[in-house]
Amino acid sequence: MLIPCPWCGDREDIEFKYGGAAQIAYPANPDSADDAAWARYVFFRPNPKGKMAERWVHSAGCRRWFNLVRDTVTHEITPTPAAEERR
Amino acid sequence: MIAEAIRRGALADYAERFTTLYETAGSSVSIRELPFLAQLNLRVDAGDTAVMGQVTDYLGFSLPLTPNTASQAGDRRALWLGPDEWLIVGPDDQATSLEQALRGGLGGAVGSVVDVSANRTVLEIRGSKGHDLLAHGVPIDLDPGAFGPGCCAQTLLAKAQVIIERRDEAPAFQLYIRSSFASYVADWLLDAARAL
Repeated sequence: MLIPCPWCGDREDIEFKYGGAAQIAYPANPDSADDAAWARYVFFRPNPKGKMAERWVHSAGCRRWFNLVRDTVTHEITPTPAAEERR
Repeated sequence: MIAEAIRRGALADYAERFTTLYETAGSSVSIRELPFLAQLNLRVDAGDTAVMGQVTDYLGFSLPLTPNTASQAGDRRALWLGPDEWLIVGPDDQATSLEQALRGGLGGAVGSVVDVSANRTVLEIRGSKGHDLLAHGVPIDLDPGAFGPGCCAQTLLAKAQVIIERRDEAPAFQLYIRSSFASYVADWLLDAARAL
């Protein structure tokens, strides 16, 4: 499988490490967040059958983290705007 | 007894095996170690044009901003490692002068200069079959059309992290290998060379 690194271009998946789901929002008011809110932030993750926003790191290459959207069924990777993926 | 500091390349023990390979494979593929190169890791914000200009002035040439390319002037070269990270390479005796130049260029700006000369040793693979040899274990395309002179890349060679660089038109690659992986990579290359 080829993974598009926003800096290095398409590279083999063996050069990358997976970082789980992207776009996990930190509690807006951490001081007042209760246990349930923390549990949801720390432990709860989406597990869709289909498109999923993910974090990846090009660990054997430029060592940068980036976002991409991968289909968990077909492994098809949807192109992401450069400004969004380089975060 | 007086302790004597002896400096050895990470692959000093392999010189004989590399010579044997050259004697059997001839000019089609040869391997040699280029030990003790001065290597400095530079991190600086590439978007800060003032600092980048200063680094250029102190260093004598500009850092490459295109991913996976290298720039050079004389015997000094800079390899792109990341959007804010470069490896500056020079001859053995220039580690201190390069470090001072980079620190001068950085001034008080946010960034870092680290001497990583002992981190990696360099293997040069030369010859018409050098490309075939590396293709046994490298997942990226090293064809001159995709990886021409002035290109460099960080990737995996037989699971070991390496930086590969093609300096010029000559059929030669420079492999920057972690010192602790050097004997493994050298063994792997010598074994793969038997299959050419």
